[in-house]
Amino acid sequence: MLQFSKTQIAGIVGLIILGLAFAIPNFLSEETRNNLPGFLPKTTINLGLDLQGGSYLLLGVDTDKVIDDRMRAVMSDIRREMRPNRAGGRERVSIDNLAYNEATNVVTLRLRNEADLNEARDRVRDVTRGGLGGGLGLGLRPYAVSASGARIEIAMTQEAERFYSSESVRDSIEVVRRRIDPAGNKEVSIQPQGADRIVVQVPGDDDPEALKAIINRTGQLSFHRQDPSVNPQDAAAGLLPPGRMLVPFAEFEGSGAPPMVLFEDAEVTGDMVENASAGPNSDGGGFQINFTFDSRGARRFADYTRNNIGSIFAIVLDGEIISAPRIQSAITQGNGRITGNFSALEASETALLIRSGALPAELTTLEQRSVGPDLGRDSVEAGAKALIIGFIGVIIYMVISYGRFGVYADMALIANVILIAGVLSLLGSTLTLPGIAGIVLTVGMAVDANVLIFERIREELANGKTPINAAEVGYQKAWSAILDANVTTFLAALIMFQLGAGPVRGFAITLAVGVVTSVFTAYVLTRLFAGGYLLSKRPKTMAL
Amino acid sequence: MFLKLVPDSTNIQFTRMRMAAMALSAALIVGSFIALFSLGLNFGVDFRGGVTIEVADSEPIDIGEVRTVVSGLGLGDVKVQSIQDFAGTEEAVVVFIEQQEAGEAGESDGEAAPDGDAPEAEGDANELVQQEAATQVQEALKTLLGDDIEFRKIDVVGPTVSGELIQKGALAVVLAIAMMLIYIWLRFEWQFSLGAIVALVHDVIITLGMFAVTRLEFNLAIIAAILTIVGYSMNDTVVVYDRVRENLRKYKRKELAEVLDLSINDTLSRTVMTSVTTLLALAALAVFGGEVLRGFTLAMIWGIVIGTYSSIFVASPFLLATGVKRDWSKQSATATP
Repeated sequence: MLQFSKTQIAGIVGLIILGLAFAIPNFLSEETRNNLPGFLPKTTINLGLDLQGGSYLLLGVDTDKVIDDRMRAVMSDIRREMRPNRAGGRERVSIDNLAYNEATNVVTLRLRNEADLNEARDRVRDVTRGGLGGGLGLGLRPYAVSASGARIEIAMTQEAERFYSSESVRDSIEVVRRRIDPAGNKEVSIQPQGADRIVVQVPGDDDPEALKAIINRTGQLSFHRQDPSVNPQDAAAGLLPPGRMLVPFAEFEGSGAPPMVLFEDAEVTGDMVENASAGPNSDGGGFQINFTFDSRGARRFADYTRNNIGSIFAIVLDGEIISAPRIQSAITQGNGRITGNFSALEASETALLIRSGALPAELTTLEQRSVGPDLGRDSVEAGAKALIIGFIGVIIYMVISYGRFGVYADMALIANVILIAGVLSLLGSTLTLPGIAGIVLTVGMAVDANVLIFERIREELANGKTPINAAEVGYQKAWSAILDANVTTFLAALIMFQLGAGPVRGFAITLAVGVVTSVFTAYVLTRLFAGGYLLSKRPKTMAL
Repeated sequence: MFLKLVPDSTNIQFTRMRMAAMALSAALIVGSFIALFSLGLNFGVDFRGGVTIEVADSEPIDIGEVRTVVSGLGLGDVKVQSIQDFAGTEEAVVVFIEQQEAGEAGESDGEAAPDGDAPEAEGDANELVQQEAATQVQEALKTLLGDDIEFRKIDVVGPTVSGELIQKGALAVVLAIAMMLIYIWLRFEWQFSLGAIVALVHDVIITLGMFAVTRLEFNLAIIAAILTIVGYSMNDTVVVYDRVRENLRKYKRKELAEVLDLSINDTLSRTVMTSVTTLLALAALAVFGGEVLRGFTLAMIWGIVIGTYSSIFVASPFLLATGVKRDWSKQSATATP
């Protein structure tokens, strides 16, 4: 039990040196770290947001809305498809009723003449054939179309629903990233969680309010035709014909114009905008936003402006009109400008919003945790102080309780903290304040294994065994208790890691790592020390 | 020559005290239940939802003023507390606002234009009002105390998340206890397993009772503390049980009560020693670890004391009530003379 072979000793020492090698980068400056030779480890423990300051936001993606939007788009495609098309030699199919049920996610088309059913069904199939998002498996239709009598029902398949939901989460993550980290040089972390959530973590002292303001805007841009035949006042009183909407102006300085009645169906949408930037108003005074359409948008916009010269259209952003110019001439080059009454800041924020694209659905902040940098610094200091003082307290207590063996236990304890730091660096894990608490607690509990052993040796000595014999038996007999005791703590840590949120996970990690390393240092390392002493000195009596 | 808190050989008859211990435990548990049902736990923002804002200023902050201003916002129940370090110097002021209900007050004047999604819009609105309330309080504090104040901490938890956190927390504690049950069952016998679980449940209930009585904030960190207590208490119990098993093999003729007493006495020195080192570390955390960890640390300290008590006075005597297999030397029980 007390004898170690040379290879065993080399293994033990090697392991501790390895731990040290992984732990050391944490204490070096970034510059020295980068100058280390390539074979040395460089990863460090990351400080959690509660220690370095920053904001954690849990966002909910409204995936139901995404499905609704898709179905509404299908509905308006169908309406368009039933219109006559002179060039294609197609007749009108008369619609009796076309409606979307949000609860069941089904679009129902009722025809005026049952005789049109086959023709209508073919046209519906045509517009619902394409995998709108792409990436859906070949031959997999996103929509199920069923027809009977004069009714056609269009529903989204479950696979498509799942696909579009997860796609919307992925797209949202991209959009959020473009908005809060346009240059791609910040240490932000944006990750999906579960089926419809996103976790955003931004270290540093950015104002969380500003952060939320830029994330939570949908950024939905669209160009709509005005319906001059409807009086806005009548519309406000509820006399709104189907397919029209009443839209207020954005609250820019000096606007305050009355709301306008627009056609619901957009002529061009923001996803056809390729780029947008802010610049000084070319007519002098204020700022404007210059934008470029992609080829599809350019074609559509050219067609639309050519056919509607003289009429007014509105540029709508997130349900508010930001500009409503009159079409002077056909715009065919595929670019344009939005001249509202923007300030420089408004213009650049709006341009960023347009450029980053629209969120597929509104994001709701479900949870926010922000820590100021001062509190973070205080916490690091407090945690470090508690660790050092707790450490010293335990070290002294062990020495006065067990003398020489207490020193062995203390050396094991130091090795243990080094190993914990090494493993945490190796895993690149995040250290939180509860994580520090976990280390402090491990320091207190790690000596337990040694206490078990030493108490056992004491007993055996009292039974009249020789020191070597007593130590042999002590280590042997204490093992099952040490194992059971540590497995139970490890299990508790495991559950915490599985179910815990944020900082609690940090605690669970350090606790679990500490349990494993402490068994090694307390059981193996101290045995090496004790064995070395006992076998070389062979004392007749031993103070313990 | 060395410090020994427990003399080398003790012979305390712990099992004799089991009636007194049972009375004490029963009283503590009944008391805990009464406290839990009458007072309830003082749930923090994690579990109750709502807003916590911690604000610090270079000059001392008048708590009364803060309370008046924030209460004036019409956001329901408002709590304002001062945080002090151990020397009694004020570090910051914490404002707590209860979870907001959408649509009740005229506060939320429709920032997001609802477009028809009635059921979801309502859920979202409930999340949105928490955010709006947080913004309002921050604005109000800036107006009152000046723009140079520091928001040390802002926690905003909506109803969805707080509900989930409660569920997950409760699930974690139940799961932890269940896993311990299975592990002990595998390593020992079912009687041991049951005794250990009784002790664990005992510890958890009394810890919850302590939180109900002291009105300390019950949050996520406390769940972590309870799980750690579960691990620690289990640890303590296992060490005693391990010795019980060993002594049962060694002294086949001794009365069970005697074996139990002997085992507890054998391990008593270790039990005290480990509790002291752990408490030393925790004391350092409580004094120097800062305010964020204080509740966690206090829960742990209480749990260590209760856990140590329960392994000696609850888990072990429990074996007397259920009885245990005496002959561990053979797999099947054959009569030995």
